[in-house]
Amino acid sequence: MKIPLPRIKRQHRVIPGFGLAMGITLLWLGLIVIIPLALLVIKPWEIGWQQSFAAIMTPRSLAAFKVSFGLAMLAAVINVFLGLLLAWVLVRIDMPGKKIIDACVDLPFALPTAVAGIALTALLVPQGWVGQFLTPLGIKIAYSQSGILVAMVFIGLPFVVRSLQPVLEELGRMEEEVAASLGATASQTFWRVSLPTIFPAIITGFGLAFARGLSEYGSIIFIAGNIPGRTEIVPLLIAVKLQQFDMAGAAAIGVAMLLLSFVILYAINQLNRNWWRSAARESKSGVSESHDLTSFLLVGSGDGQHSPAESAPQSSDTMATPAYQQRLAERQREMTSDSPTPRKVPRFLRQKEPRP
Amino acid sequence: MTITVENLSRNFRNFKAVDNVSLTAEKGELLALLGPSGSGKTTLLRLIAGLEQPDSGSVIFEGEDVTRLDVRHRQVGFVFQHYGLFRHMTVTENIAFGLRIKNRRERPSKSQISERVQELLHLVQLDRLGQRHPDQLSGGQKQRVALARALAVEPRILLLDEPFGALDAGVRKDLRRWLRRLHDDLQLTTIVVTHDQDEAMELADRVVVMNRAKIIQAATPAKIYDQPNDPFVFRFLGAGSAVPLLFNTLGHWRSPKMALGGEVMAMLDRSERARQAAEAGDQQLDLFVRSHQFEMMADSKGDWRIRFAALTGRSIRFEVQYIGNIGNIGSIASQEPPSLNPGAPTPDALTYEVDLSREEAEENGLSLGTRVTLTVKSGLLFPR
Repeated sequence: MKIPLPRIKRQHRVIPGFGLAMGITLLWLGLIVIIPLALLVIKPWEIGWQQSFAAIMTPRSLAAFKVSFGLAMLAAVINVFLGLLLAWVLVRIDMPGKKIIDACVDLPFALPTAVAGIALTALLVPQGWVGQFLTPLGIKIAYSQSGILVAMVFIGLPFVVRSLQPVLEELGRMEEEVAASLGATASQTFWRVSLPTIFPAIITGFGLAFARGLSEYGSIIFIAGNIPGRTEIVPLLIAVKLQQFDMAGAAAIGVAMLLLSFVILYAINQLNRNWWRSAARESKSGVSESHDLTSFLLVGSGDGQHSPAESAPQSSDTMATPAYQQRLAERQREMTSDSPTPRKVPRFLRQKEPRP
Repeated sequence: MTITVENLSRNFRNFKAVDNVSLTAEKGELLALLGPSGSGKTTLLRLIAGLEQPDSGSVIFEGEDVTRLDVRHRQVGFVFQHYGLFRHMTVTENIAFGLRIKNRRERPSKSQISERVQELLHLVQLDRLGQRHPDQLSGGQKQRVALARALAVEPRILLLDEPFGALDAGVRKDLRRWLRRLHDDLQLTTIVVTHDQDEAMELADRVVVMNRAKIIQAATPAKIYDQPNDPFVFRFLGAGSAVPLLFNTLGHWRSPKMALGGEVMAMLDRSERARQAAEAGDQQLDLFVRSHQFEMMADSKGDWRIRFAALTGRSIRFEVQYIGNIGNIGSIASQEPPSLNPGAPTPDALTYEVDLSREEAEENGLSLGTRVTLTVKSGLLFPR
């Protein structure tokens, strides 16, 4: 017996099998992300809500949170400036060995973080190559918070560079030349034209570098000195708790870190999205997003004084009014025609003296 | 405002982009810089704008030497082929940009700025699209915004670099005519760079043909088409080809392969150039003939055969191939002036392009494979 199934009209898609693709996506998300995270959330329940909260609110873990989030934020800020400079140089300036520098940018990705940590520590300890010059100046980097910052900057930099590079390449010089021809100074061009265009990429790079710095463990534990309350980062604190078989406490701190990171990253993403939306919002008051002529016509006049409901033709009467017809024709011409006829020349553009 | 360029040169490494060029654009004139890509026309425009610094020579605006003046202070309106609109700004903000960045003393008030933007939107007929973003506009609309933005700061001159190059053929044509009318209203000295000869002819008061970093000819469209001063200009402005002439025993320059009309023969007998070539003992003289200056008759004993025909609207473009005495084709073919596009495939034998009206072609019973005779109705000689 055949069961009559409702026929679903299938659209052609590039990736075959919507069901299969969606299934794999959900399975992946479940196995790799949701289940482990759920476990992390369930674990603290063993010791109860209050105990978990107490584990987070100890002075030691609060200090660790401060160190981790504060320094990751600061490192991301530094990375934005460094990365912007580096990406700018790589995109804009022709110099010998550029390709090698370009390749070096990715090294922190590939290098085992422990190796990076040991190398940075060796350089920056008071007897190290760099450290020996800093010590007389009273600057202490290794085994201090500055050391953590250095490690975070080191591993976060590629994220900013790689987010900015493609956008800078696309930006091109044309917009800058236009700005200059309109009388803009170099700094006006940078602040008003270049920076706003690349701003979303900067935010993305910032978010990535921040997340990377926050999660970094390998290199920091070598350079930080790990003094509880001063140079101890959250990931290390979790490791310490695990070594003391305080699973639930470790999980509680883990969850807190997870939530905090999520909130911050979500905020960054929203900021990024709003950047474009605020741009689109202004245009929405005038015109629907749609480029479709008919839908545009239904939305009414473009100056935003008519809501769609007001100007949408409810009956044939409305459509027959001369005003509507005229507006329709005008709109149609404006939307479809690229052959405008010159109109009255504004007074400020009129030539002061007639042509000889 | 008059724009004068004197002995301007610009090299990029070893490549001469602009080589000792001098040019004057009269007040209120619309000048088209025409040439193939790499001919230096865009560089010349950028030098005039101040976006590029010359190695030598000077740029003069109305008697004032602006060669060392920064682009910011030259007060030029520059429009790029790819618009260069600021993506994060609305149309209104784009147009207002040049006014908003002025320092406080020169900056118009907010209401003045918005009034001027409205006037400009009206001028380029985008009144209702002021709140849109560039990615919500068509190519033609974008270019009109770019133009309005350039006009907002009251430029002394207007420079357009292939303004319609990225647009569809239809839009291009409309916008070109619109620009011409706008120019007539504004009377702003304008220089347009283009590689499209139709565009240059239709748009400009004067066409400046450039090739290999130099100006070859600068003249009105009619003059540049009818009296080109160089084979390059001849070839660049329309279909045409060189017919090699040999000096015959009777003391005339004649083509061994096709007939010459009476007008052409009279011209050759009068021509100073032809006399000089004969006196110098030249082996060959090139007569430059436009594709519509040939006459073609069906003839079963003709030396030519139609090997290709394509309808180009009102007329038909034929490609006719020499099939007569094969003996000296090689020598003549090799002496043909080099093709305009070195990459284009060269015909393997002596061929000419001939344009005939459809009626004419039908009357004469011409079709693919027909044997024909060719007659040159008129043509041009160029000084050596």
